[in-house]
Amino acid sequence: MIILRINTRSGVPPYLQIVQQIKHDIRLGLLKKGDKLPTVKEAVTMTAVNPNTVFKAYRELEHQGLVKGQPGIGVFVLNNPDTPPADAQARLTADLTRWIQEARKLGLDDEATEALFHITLRK
Amino acid sequence: MDNVAAKTTTAIQATDLGKRYGSFWALKDCNIVVPRGSVTALVGPNGAGKTTLLKLLVDLSSPSAGSATVLGMTPNQSSGYLSEIGYLAQEIPLYSQMTVEKHLAMGAHLDTNWDNGLAVSRLKELKIPMGRPVGKLSGGQRAQVGLALALAKKPKLLLLDEPVAALDPLARVEFLTSLAQAATDAGGELTVVMSSHLLADLERVCDHLILLAAGETQLCDSIEHIIATHKLLVGPRNEATSSPGYSIIKETHAVNETNLLVRLNDKNFRSSSRWHVHDANIEDIVLAYMEQAKQEGDER
Repeated sequence: MIILRINTRSGVPPYLQIVQQIKHDIRLGLLKKGDKLPTVKEAVTMTAVNPNTVFKAYRELEHQGLVKGQPGIGVFVLNNPDTPPADAQARLTADLTRWIQEARKLGLDDEATEALFHITLRK
Repeated sequence: MDNVAAKTTTAIQATDLGKRYGSFWALKDCNIVVPRGSVTALVGPNGAGKTTLLKLLVDLSSPSAGSATVLGMTPNQSSGYLSEIGYLAQEIPLYSQMTVEKHLAMGAHLDTNWDNGLAVSRLKELKIPMGRPVGKLSGGQRAQVGLALALAKKPKLLLLDEPVAALDPLARVEFLTSLAQAATDAGGELTVVMSSHLLADLERVCDHLILLAAGETQLCDSIEHIIATHKLLVGPRNEATSSPGYSIIKETHAVNETNLLVRLNDKNFRSSSRWHVHDANIEDIVLAYMEQAKQEGDER
């Protein structure tokens, strides 16, 4: 069982925080195919959010094809989100490492490097 | 036909509701709709009329203007009306010498719908000593007893007046958890209206929000819709700020930057390239309205 967390200061709507956390947990392998998500009551008990918030998060995850609700039984993890195959991931990491070293050599600090990455990502 | 629909989807509707004490209006022109099954936050500065509104809804006070419909009825003191409503006043009125058990027994005696098992299991889960006089409990425990008593009568509407104001942060989260659990158990059959100043807490548990300020209903909508229709615009100083696309709620200027908190009038509003659009959180939005209302009050 995973532990849901809500940060009321983040500005991200609570339902989206639940969606993001569960997606993150699936990606990290903390949640695997066939695992059951917390029931709405359990989720509410962990986070003190409105039950409709949990329903909405689970609906969104179902819409994205990551989980499937079985009426009266629970909501189960279906798939892993698209992650590149292991060798592709290793190659990309190596490229990115080289790029970061280059950025440091040119005098960019971590903050500037991150900003550049995000700006380029959103282009 | 309209009436039937309104009955099933609306828990509370108030139209131009007002309360006057002498020449002073404690609440004025209150127009709200609270959907059935929602958990609604009631916010506003001190003196905006939050307590007055809640009292009008349970007929502890009668309106000087306008009208209210609650669960399809006009507020009155009949047992039929009040049996469906739980009300927890700010001061949590319990008998300090009486034990928790005795409070439950009294409730069971007075109320035909009383679910004693529910109240007992709720309080035992929270490890509240049932045989202790209520006066010897902590503030958080007293609030939980008050909530358990209000829920034991199986209300369709629960009105809470600043239930967490006096609680420490842990007791506050525990109280809100109990409330969210009760809403879950009721499966959409329970409507909650809760007044509070703690906006971050409210965003967690509430899905609707009513903002009273400067004798007006400033906001009354789902939190999701409020967030979707309010944005923070950041742009250069010395540029015309008004636009038909939005109404400005709050304007802040620095040497070379202007921040606008706006309500979008047009869903497809696109800012010019020199202005950046940011999401605003519910706390920023509510504060902006409260500041605006205060300024208008000062100018009057």
